[in-house]
Amino acid sequence: MDDFEPVLLANIGVENSHELRVYESRGGYQTLRRAVREKTPQELVELVKASGLRGRGGAGFPTGLKWTFLDKKSRPIYFCLNADESEPGTFNNRILMEEDPHQVLEGLILSCYATESSVAYIYMRYEYPTAWQRMGRAVQECYEAGLLGQRVAGSDYSLDVYLHRGAGAYICGEETGLIESLEGKRAWPRIKPPFPAVEGLFRKPTVVNNVETVACVKHIVERGADWFRSIGVPPDPNNPRDPGSFGPKLYCLSGHVNRPGCYEAPLGITVRELIDRMGQGVWKGRQAKAVVPGGISMGFLSGEELDCPLDFNGPGRYGCLGLGTAAVVVIDDQTSMIDVLYNSCRFFAHESCGQCTPCREGTAWAYNILKRIKAGRGRLVDLDLLLGLADSMGIIPGTTICGLADGAAWPIKNAIRKFRDEFETYIRQTNPTGYQRTDPVPAMELSESCR
Amino acid sequence: MPATTPRVLTDEMIEEIRALFPRYPTRRAVTLPALHIVHQRLRHVPLQAVVEIAELLELAPAEVQDTLTFYGFFKQNQPHGRTRLWVCRSISCFLRGSDEVLRHICRRTGVQPGQTTPDGRLTIEEAECLGACEFAPCALANDALWKCLTPEEADRLLKTLK
Repeated sequence: MDDFEPVLLANIGVENSHELRVYESRGGYQTLRRAVREKTPQELVELVKASGLRGRGGAGFPTGLKWTFLDKKSRPIYFCLNADESEPGTFNNRILMEEDPHQVLEGLILSCYATESSVAYIYMRYEYPTAWQRMGRAVQECYEAGLLGQRVAGSDYSLDVYLHRGAGAYICGEETGLIESLEGKRAWPRIKPPFPAVEGLFRKPTVVNNVETVACVKHIVERGADWFRSIGVPPDPNNPRDPGSFGPKLYCLSGHVNRPGCYEAPLGITVRELIDRMGQGVWKGRQAKAVVPGGISMGFLSGEELDCPLDFNGPGRYGCLGLGTAAVVVIDDQTSMIDVLYNSCRFFAHESCGQCTPCREGTAWAYNILKRIKAGRGRLVDLDLLLGLADSMGIIPGTTICGLADGAAWPIKNAIRKFRDEFETYIRQTNPTGYQRTDPVPAMELSESCR
Repeated sequence: MPATTPRVLTDEMIEEIRALFPRYPTRRAVTLPALHIVHQRLRHVPLQAVVEIAELLELAPAEVQDTLTFYGFFKQNQPHGRTRLWVCRSISCFLRGSDEVLRHICRRTGVQPGQTTPDGRLTIEEAECLGACEFAPCALANDALWKCLTPEEADRLLKTLK
């Protein structure tokens, strides 16, 4: 890890790194120019498959494999670049798009060439005005330089890229929610199958990939699959279904650390290394009480679990949902987990799209119960009630269409299972006369506390 | 017969919306871009604009309205202030004091999240993660990101409002 050299962030900090002129002066678009002349799309798909690249948006699905699912008999093929990064704690895509938009575009054009897509839409969340402006300018520069449009870089391949702006809905980051939103509808995720690779945007075969994923594609094409596989964590020999966690990864570090920021490291760096070496420790000389390993929907690690490696399998071994977006949020020992969980439940109650009942009702009730606990009217039975609720919603119990509800449930499960003492103490202290009650909370009291 | 409502989409807006048609195989896909074009000019999308957008996109007004109401971004009943200030409340900002910053801004301006100051200068909104967590707590004032906010810094922000 000491000899690791940043690849994805290599241009960050260079003056005017967002301009085509600067990007090209640093070797930019050479890979693309060579690839469209010398390689067939099929060769690129095989290369990405061989590299073991897994999607950086949260699910970690092998990218090359996703590309092979495309129904090549049906045309056109659409490519959607998922730039709707909205997972709390996550900002790596913003940095890539603001500071190095051409790296993203080179990766995007290569990915489109590999998948034989003829149109790409960049679906970007509304809250990134600078990224919007810079990506827009970068696309324009590419058209002017003959890198987009008819005959990309002098080849026979043609590609159009359009920017499409979201409007403040977390669910648009879910790939079929994104597709529905692009089509001009409410972003209700679709029931799968059919998967987007067969029937996606405008009912045509579609690839949806994250910004960081396509940036990795650029470097894989440039340096080869072996280089990519030399970084990260090999497959777990005891788990035949584990394809390994290869390549560099952008980790977003925020919360109670001395130096928050986006850091590039090989997959598999531990939470402790990230906090101590990159973030220069927990702020104010305090200890970490809990850490979010990969965006709030992945749940919590306790302060005793900081040796958790941040690869695709690590957080799962500690009871978290997964690596997610690798956004690490540090919570210090002076912070109440009740407040933290309240914040998480409020987020998901606000962002549930409302399509599936277990999620719409579950997130709302979890928020209501947390509100009541926080307001000093909690009961000990509420904790098991919350756990029951959390266990009943999501793809894992099989009650919802998309994974938003799993993301809402995980912080609840981890917080209550790992910090139960703190919740019980809080409830006993704030509600000394009623904490043991098991009878239903009167409707009056509910409506009062749940406003 | 009720009086005809005056049209609200200008020729310029209509041109801008039409210019997007070739980008998508369906007109319906232009719904969000069209709503953005109108929202940017009028700072809200009144019902009459929904009717006119629907006409352009060959949709029923209800289809456009259905999309509009799904996204938290679009205002409909009245325009937002000249500055729309999104104060982030998600986990990273919360941990670094966003509650205090929001309370301070509300106290100073006398309005609550979702409301606009009587002089039309400012609308305060609570935002979910703005994706600038390394600068927590942060806020977005129109297109300008305000980083590492404190109550003092928030005062400075409020002074810049026109």
